[in-house]
Amino acid sequence: MAAQPTLNIRRLWLPLSLLLAVVIGAGAVRAVHAALQIEITSGVRDPIPIAIVPFAPAPPDDGGLDVAGVVQHDLEGSGRFKALPRERMPAAPARAEAVTAADWKAAGSDYVVVGRLAAHGNGMLAVDFDLVNTLTGVRLATQRFTGTPAALRNAAHKVSDAIYQKLVGVRGAFATRVAYVSVDGSPPTQHYQLIVADADGENPHLILESRFPIMSPAWSPDGQWLAYVSFESKLSGVYVQLVRTGERRLVSARAGINGAPAWSPDGRKLALTLGGSNGNPDIYVLDLTSQSLTRITDDPAIDTEPEWAPDGRTLYFTSDRAGSPQIYQISASGGRPRRITFEGNYNARPRVSADGTELAMVTLEGTNYRIAVQDLASGALRVLSRGRLDESPSFAPNGATLIYSQREGARGALATISVDGLTGLRLKAQQGVICDPAWGPFGT
Amino acid sequence: MTQQRHMYRLVTLLLLAATLTVGGCGSKPPKPSSTAPTETNAGASTEGANAANAAGAALGSQEEVGGPQAGLLANRIVYFDFDSAVIKGQGVDVVAAHAKYLAGNPQARVRLEGNTDERGSREYNIGLGDRRAQAVRRSLLLQGVSEGQLTIVSYGEERPADPGHDEAAWAKNRRVEIVYLTPAGQPAAQPKP
Repeated sequence: MAAQPTLNIRRLWLPLSLLLAVVIGAGAVRAVHAALQIEITSGVRDPIPIAIVPFAPAPPDDGGLDVAGVVQHDLEGSGRFKALPRERMPAAPARAEAVTAADWKAAGSDYVVVGRLAAHGNGMLAVDFDLVNTLTGVRLATQRFTGTPAALRNAAHKVSDAIYQKLVGVRGAFATRVAYVSVDGSPPTQHYQLIVADADGENPHLILESRFPIMSPAWSPDGQWLAYVSFESKLSGVYVQLVRTGERRLVSARAGINGAPAWSPDGRKLALTLGGSNGNPDIYVLDLTSQSLTRITDDPAIDTEPEWAPDGRTLYFTSDRAGSPQIYQISASGGRPRRITFEGNYNARPRVSADGTELAMVTLEGTNYRIAVQDLASGALRVLSRGRLDESPSFAPNGATLIYSQREGARGALATISVDGLTGLRLKAQQGVICDPAWGPFGT
Repeated sequence: MTQQRHMYRLVTLLLLAATLTVGGCGSKPPKPSSTAPTETNAGASTEGANAANAAGAALGSQEEVGGPQAGLLANRIVYFDFDSAVIKGQGVDVVAAHAKYLAGNPQARVRLEGNTDERGSREYNIGLGDRRAQAVRRSLLLQGVSEGQLTIVSYGEERPADPGHDEAAWAKNRRVEIVYLTPAGQPAAQPKP
């Protein structure tokens, strides 16, 4: 057994703890450059025809937000719905009782969504919606979401989630967030930003900015924290930061590589890659409470990119111990790893679906780096993306979609693709390169 | 659709305008730390952190200096083949020149920065860049340089020397840069504000 005894690092930790800085930005709200532009790249052959009627507003508390517009954008962006243009809508009902089903059927919609906003006391807003089947006239769903006006976009995404679940049979992941890195310029005048936005690319907020690289954002399971790698000291360091307040801690700045943080499913530990001054990157687990460090792998190869299995008992990681990068699985307490990938000579950056059945990765196909998914039971690998330099796959929490980065010349964009390969979209920044996406967990 | 796009733009612009009036970009010095996180409304807002203000000096990062410039010493870059960490060709002479200088000037210190081209997985590339920096480090140690003179970092594919996307650019990006730092025993220059 190659498992190493737990290594206490308190001595190292002491100087580091001096750096438990709370870093506060200039403003209370750091909305950043314009939201990402979305382009639908593929969709199913027979999308579900649906009409999303503008919701009855509640001015001025609703801030003028077009809730139905957000829902339509979400559903069409999924590639599984086709929305009726507003100018072709036969009426503007706000509740199910006011829907004349036959009129909507005649306009070509199988379903109609109607809704309304209302003040809910204490400055809160209520969003109600009904989903009606136009063939039967039956109301399939009705639901209310309440929150502050500032959370109205999120409520709109929850409406999308509910409709998606009802009609597609899978929980929607619209009311979730994505962290990503934006890079502008070239060294020595690079400008890195770590950004958190809604899953549709809207509502972007700045988490960190630096003249030096920021990499590998990873969400804590509760969605409150981001771990990431920052080279702001010109050397690598792993930080954890509370998204809401900006409070952060430096958790690893040892000699050599400090990289690839991954939260354990219970949120108490981080798996990391540490290189040491002599090189030889290996996987370690850092207990965030006790700060004790456990070495998981010990091999002269590059071992990196750890990813926890959903049960927390094993870790997947990339290693070139067999000569080229392949994915392995190892007990979270160390031991002998088991090789998982065998097709091709480049498989890296494993990410596991929330149900633990599928592994996404970067695979080399010919001369192209692409996103592939391996069925863990059968071992069957299917390549999903079609780019040249596709990287950094990350599963949506519903396991139905992956987000990843792609590059076309100097342009770097994010893209999504459904695991069945049928639907996809591209999220482009107006300038620079965006990369390293990490899809956050379901909200509460 | 266009109507909605305009709506999103408007909301974003309003948010941006609000931000600008609140304080602009995060270039102010960090406030003193507080143990309790600041409460903000609705969980929708986020405070950014500005890395330039955060760690830096506290980590003991050393200031870069010009270092020696005579002959081959002016050459600070060692290039590598694809998927290789073998020092080749002129790189051997460049490393030897710096080894001789560092061995003869034990107070001199360098940071070895490993880099890769843009292909492949980012964190794996950090490993590859580290492997290249380690190759240079080992060669320097074998030629009499002492451990304490050397710091290693790998930037992987993050800091390309050539922003292009073809083999010519990639060849320039697979490299180790030898960066001279403030010599031991000398105070680091004050960072510019």
